[in-house]
Amino acid sequence: MLDFILGHYAYWFTLVLLVIGLYGMMMKKNLVKKLIGMTIFQVSIIIFYVSSAVKWGATVPILKDTDIEKVHHGIVDTISTAKYINPLPHTLMLTAIVVGVATTGVAFALVISIYKRYKTLEEPELLKRMKKEDDIDSDK
Amino acid sequence: MIYAASGLPTRGDPNAPANREKSAAGSQGAAFYYVQNAKKDAHTDNMVTVILADYRGYDTLGEETVIYTAGLICFLLLRKRKKESTP
Amino acid sequence: MTRKDDNPIISLVSRSVSPFIMLYALYVIFHGHYSPGGGFQGGTMLAAAVLLVRLAAGSEVSQLQFKKSWGTPLGSIGVLIYFSTGLVAMLLGGNFLDYQFLPLGGHADAIRGWGILFVEIGVGLAVMGILVAIYDDLLEGDPD
Repeated sequence: MLDFILGHYAYWFTLVLLVIGLYGMMMKKNLVKKLIGMTIFQVSIIIFYVSSAVKWGATVPILKDTDIEKVHHGIVDTISTAKYINPLPHTLMLTAIVVGVATTGVAFALVISIYKRYKTLEEPELLKRMKKEDDIDSDK
Repeated sequence: MIYAASGLPTRGDPNAPANREKSAAGSQGAAFYYVQNAKKDAHTDNMVTVILADYRGYDTLGEETVIYTAGLICFLLLRKRKKESTP
Repeated sequence: MTRKDDNPIISLVSRSVSPFIMLYALYVIFHGHYSPGGGFQGGTMLAAAVLLVRLAAGSEVSQLQFKKSWGTPLGSIGVLIYFSTGLVAMLLGGNFLDYQFLPLGGHADAIRGWGILFVEIGVGLAVMGILVAIYDDLLEGDPD
């Protein structure tokens, strides 16, 4: 039982963060608060992947000089992979971080455009003003 | 969701399915191959950079296109026009 | 938006520290082979050095360091560097982005190391240009 908890506790904390972000995105009515919820959601996914890539007693995935010499002189045949953590999720998450930054930038540009046009950022008020403009346009 | 996370393999296990030499279907495991052959193929100590720029360089190209497109969107949405822009 | 004659200490310290941040960011890009780092990390640090002066010292002073109109062309140059490395490798015989066929001398493995360096420089420049351009575009209509 203790082994099971120790092996999985990090995933549970990450899931708490994910649910907080999801709640913010769905339940808040201000547009900026929804965007903050989206950012928290993305960060929790990144933390989940990176924290699933560790191994017991292993170190950063940069080859140490002693291992290189051993392979070079022919003492050991291959590099022991149990001493370096899995580098593949780290690589994929670098891309994910930059994509998150780009999405947040575009989202804020859209929020600024909406504010310039309708002068409000609360969602019920925004829907009312959009309906009013539609009615005026269709009456013409 | 907590039930789903409990089904994941134990964190930190060097024999987890992601880290093995041959996957369940019998083909080569990716992470094992990258750790073994990064130094031989590119004379570089840092495995993460080799994967990002050499083995998976196409993904990095797509990702640069994503951030370039985002910059272009911001540029086109928000520049000042010569006449008054709000209708 | 920023009142630059509010606090001279912040303005002076940020203007003095910014070149050192840029130097460290260049170190991070070029030592991506031997220590953690690489293109994306160094590019973000370069953008942070420019944005620090923009936030702390007002927008007229920071135009002297990095003009507003330089952001998007720098991003385009970064993407062009990446593409041209791949195209040169394709024109000289191999597949797209196969770094062995670049016209540098040496062992095939060492050429792959140099190809990684070119690609990381391209990525760093692109990320820096685009992040500063997004910040400047978000502040477009604000009178200072």
